Amino acid sequence: MIFAAIMAVEIKDLISSVIALSAAGLGLCLAFLILKAPNLAITQLVVEILCVIVLIRGTINKDLPLVKDGRWLFNTIATLFSLAVLLLFSYLALKELPNFGAPLMRVSQEYISTGLEKTGSPNLVTAVALNFRGYDALAEAAIIFTAIIGTLAIARKIGKKDEE
Amino acid sequence: MSLYFLCFILFCVGLYSVLRKRNIIKIIIGLGIMEYAVNLFLILVGYRMHGRAPIFAKDQEILNMVDPLPQAMVLTTIVIGLAVTIIAVSLAIRIYEKYGTFDITKIRSLKG
Amino acid sequence: MSLIVKTITRFTVGLVLVYGIFITLQGHVSPGGGFAGGIIITLAFIQLMLAFGQDEVLRKLNQEKGLLLAGIGAILFLVIASRIFLKPQQHSFVAEKHFQLLSAGFLSLSEIAIALMVAAGLFVIFLTLVLLIEEEEKEKK
Repeated sequence: MIFAAIMAVEIKDLISSVIALSAAGLGLCLAFLILKAPNLAITQLVVEILCVIVLIRGTINKDLPLVKDGRWLFNTIATLFSLAVLLLFSYLALKELPNFGAPLMRVSQEYISTGLEKTGSPNLVTAVALNFRGYDALAEAAIIFTAIIGTLAIARKIGKKDEE
Repeated sequence: MSLYFLCFILFCVGLYSVLRKRNIIKIIIGLGIMEYAVNLFLILVGYRMHGRAPIFAKDQEILNMVDPLPQAMVLTTIVIGLAVTIIAVSLAIRIYEKYGTFDITKIRSLKG
Repeated sequence: MSLIVKTITRFTVGLVLVYGIFITLQGHVSPGGGFAGGIIITLAFIQLMLAFGQDEVLRKLNQEKGLLLAGIGAILFLVIASRIFLKPQQHSFVAEKHFQLLSAGFLSLSEIAIALMVAAGLFVIFLTLVLLIEEEEKEKK
């Protein structure tokens, strides 16, 4: 997945980098399946398809030749140095997390033991997302609606202003 | 432990693309890669060794399950990432119509 | 589009639509849920539009109808989500049998409302982005 991400960032052709992004998304979906989360794998796969459709619509015949600016070397080295400092501090911080494979599930123990009787749905992830934490789903519906209204507002016809 | 570190390297690849690239579409692609890395990290934290998927089956007693709480959060996050990408791409289409280029160093004139 | 694509689309559009409705309704038994089901229904309509051209499809599914459906879905979800103010002791009536289709009370209804809103809304977004291409080509000519 890291290899696909690096290819998606560096390739100059736009459509090829979109396809590399889709390969990284497919790798993520397989990783979700390995980590025993089938609910998320379905959602990630389908959202990935829609994301690629929208991105290809945006880049359909608008390629751009890459032009190197002056001071390119200094900028790249400064960025890589700051990213290396970030990685060093994150390595020191990630040591404090609990070991991989032994999470502290204090709240989730309650959800697992009483989820089936209280909600009546065997799928615990949907029960948590829509019943125990239902307001998150309400906020998410509001976000989707905002995206619809935003797209309709941005993509209006520009002919009306120029005619006046 | 090394899995967390690899996840963070993926995040840094996306961050490099957002900071350094000059094409708007490359910046949007970098944003998508950062979102994948964060979702993967949240699921990695809640994994239990030899655990099962958090779905009950008929007439079976399942004792050790993977944590269902981060999965519910990431379900919401994936759809939010889709909404952000849609609005960003429609903004990019609009910028191309007005300026004729995707290069961010040439988009400087604010119409006053 | 060529004839092969049109013939295969006639077979598979119905299958994709039924699969999306199946994943929505079985959200509380199997993995799935409202969001994934809604997006799959949108993909069925997008495939219809890609294979047959946009003029034939736009005669039946305007942009106004899509917006109306999205609004209806959103209001329905809001009504279901605010059920907590009506009967505070009976949030979800749990039936006797656990693994059947209608055993989770309000969970199924809210999933159907979410799928309706997501499907109609994302279809409207796709129509907007496609109609923008048409305007560009008209202005270039």
